[in-house]
Amino acid sequence: MKQVLAKADAERATDDIFAEARGRLPGAGPVPQIRARAFDVYKRAGLPHRGMEDWKYTDLRALIGEVLPLAPQPDAQALARAKVSAKQVAADQAVKLVLVDGMFAPELSDLGRLETEVVVRSLREVLETPAAVAMAGLLLSTTSDSAISLNAAMATDGLVITVADGNAVKRPIQIVHVATGLSVSTYTRSYLQLGKGAHAAILESFVPAEGASGYQANDAIIALVGEEARLSHIRVAAAASDAVNISSAIMAVGARAKLDLFTMTCSGSISRYQGFITLAGEGTKLSANGVNLVRDELHADTKIVVDHAVPHCNSREKFRAVIDDCGRSVFQGRILVRPAARKTDATLTTRALLLSDQAEADNKPELEILADDVACRHGATSGALDDALVFYLRARGLSEKDARILLIKAFIGEPIEEITSQNLRDFVTAQAEHWLQARR
Amino acid sequence: MALLEIHDLHVRVENREIIRGLHLNVNAGEVHAIMGPNGSGKSTLSHVIAGKPGYEITGGQVLFRGENLLRMEPNERAAKGVFLAFQYPVDIPGVTTMNFLRAALNAQRKARDQREFSTPEFLKRVREVAGSLKIPHDMIKRGVNVGFSGGEKKRNEILQMALLEPSLCILDEIDSGLDIDALRIVASGINALRSPARAMILITHYRRLLDHIVPDIVHVMSKGRVRKSGGKELALELEACGYAQFEDAA
Ligand SMILES: Nc1ncnc2c1ncn2[C@@H]1O[C@H](COP(=O)(O)OP(=O)(O)OP(=O)(O)O)[C@@H](O)[C@H]1O
Ligand SMILES: [Mg+2]
Repeated sequence: MKQVLAKADAERATDDIFAEARGRLPGAGPVPQIRARAFDVYKRAGLPHRGMEDWKYTDLRALIGEVLPLAPQPDAQALARAKVSAKQVAADQAVKLVLVDGMFAPELSDLGRLETEVVVRSLREVLETPAAVAMAGLLLSTTSDSAISLNAAMATDGLVITVADGNAVKRPIQIVHVATGLSVSTYTRSYLQLGKGAHAAILESFVPAEGASGYQANDAIIALVGEEARLSHIRVAAAASDAVNISSAIMAVGARAKLDLFTMTCSGSISRYQGFITLAGEGTKLSANGVNLVRDELHADTKIVVDHAVPHCNSREKFRAVIDDCGRSVFQGRILVRPAARKTDATLTTRALLLSDQAEADNKPELEILADDVACRHGATSGALDDALVFYLRARGLSEKDARILLIKAFIGEPIEEITSQNLRDFVTAQAEHWLQARR
Repeated sequence: MALLEIHDLHVRVENREIIRGLHLNVNAGEVHAIMGPNGSGKSTLSHVIAGKPGYEITGGQVLFRGENLLRMEPNERAAKGVFLAFQYPVDIPGVTTMNFLRAALNAQRKARDQREFSTPEFLKRVREVAGSLKIPHDMIKRGVNVGFSGGEKKRNEILQMALLEPSLCILDEIDSGLDIDALRIVASGINALRSPARAMILITHYRRLLDHIVPDIVHVMSKGRVRKSGGKELALELEACGYAQFEDAA
């Protein structure tokens, strides 16, 4: 059994990993330096651990101990396996962009179906072009979070998606992250920019290829949503049951823009989603919702920080967790209302449904209100399925299993209903249904 | 063979005997009324017939068309035609009445090897039945019983019954919480379902319901047993004299 490595050992291992990976990390001009700085920041803090408030419930240092070596470039066989998984998870009508083991795979992607309103390049390509080097600081930006710093240092590829002012992209763009490896780590980073009044919907799926196991995926997305723009970002993560998925989103939203976020985690030994959303322009609307579906001994941690930086913004958050067996779900929802953010209207509800006695839920809304004249509400509950409801349904003809499924679907339905596109809502519902049907 | 035969039934709840040697025979086409004081075990009996978990059957038999009902799952009983209109129907937020009805109807039809209803067929049936019970369409699109008044919940039970077309209908205080007009609507909904193939058991405290739905047989239940059975005039007698005289009879 793998024991927790002493911190010093883990650091030495990580040092080696960066040194070994360096030659394979794309980037011209200042990029290597930016990476080295990011890696230093990571090294000083080390893997996130429970001493860090943000990672209190997901102590990566204890849970995973070490960072695994960088995944090799996918070969033809890996791409063939990835193709199967990417096809399985493809959403109806979406334009697929596939990343395999941290590398963009154009041959598995629907580049030909991209609308002219959107420009897509690979991160690798952008970081290698001298002209784009001016953007490198933004593309590889970091926060105080050490997982994000590690991602900036190690990102091998990703997508740079831009939608110019006034352009509306009709079909959703689905970024499919496929892992094919055994005991390797992958780092992807994408960047999304919506100009003034632009519209787009991005769906991200994380899936393993058949046989992939024990991998660690670390993804980050940075999004700038322009004034009056509309972005839907929907994420469904289903890592292998012995794999780690860490996804970070850093988003800034301009005046009168609307951002709809949805995140669902339905598998993965350790999954962590952390969204840092800054409402940077007045009159912005944010709808941020999500579901954790957790079973066996899996662990899913979702953290969403909403930063109300300016007046007159509105944020709505609904989160639900369904936990079976010995699973554990964490939800931390932080709302920060800065002194300037008068007339902020923010609500957050988080509810957990415990399907077994060993299931565990940590449900933590945190409000930090530094402004006057705001309306902020939050609520957190957790409990089991109501037997009286189960019996009512059974007495009308539903089997016990179907009765429970119907009630669980109703429970998670509220955040899913917030997804505005019927197509994407159906996609998410189908994924949730798949999880439910697999219940014993 | 009677549709429902209950023979010497004994039921315990949390180590207390609630049903204590109950006999009841109900034939197809009959309407029975069960009256009895609070706590006499009427709802317990209805739950045991419907298959609610948590009751310990310590003796006796419950046969439905000659089959041992007690060995069946609640959903099997429903598919075979047993329906209980609950004294206290629950709310199910997030499940619309429409989806609930469809899931229930199709689950039962599937269990009986019948084909499932198509959406238009189903919608047509729901509209017809809801119309006759004066249930507005927007109520059906809401979560099951969510925000419904007591009377609306009872009407919703009858809607389910009419749609599911059971052969044994147990109505536990279907009249409680209904105003005079609602009582008339619900009663005519129930009367419309009377048929030679179908039996009904009305559990009630009030004769008024039995003025609308005239029973063939009235039973007085007390302390977990049927103490007396008679014709519809027994209800009048009860109203005049109360239950005291039956406590230790039989
Ligand atoms: N789950 C339970 N736990 C403990 N006692 C119970 C339970 N269910 C029923 N009882 C008891 O069993 C007895 C019969 O209850 P039941 O609900 O069957 O009465 P009822 O005849 O329907 O009364 P009412 O006319 O008030 O509806 C009561 O004394 C009640 O307290
Ligand atoms: Mg009762």
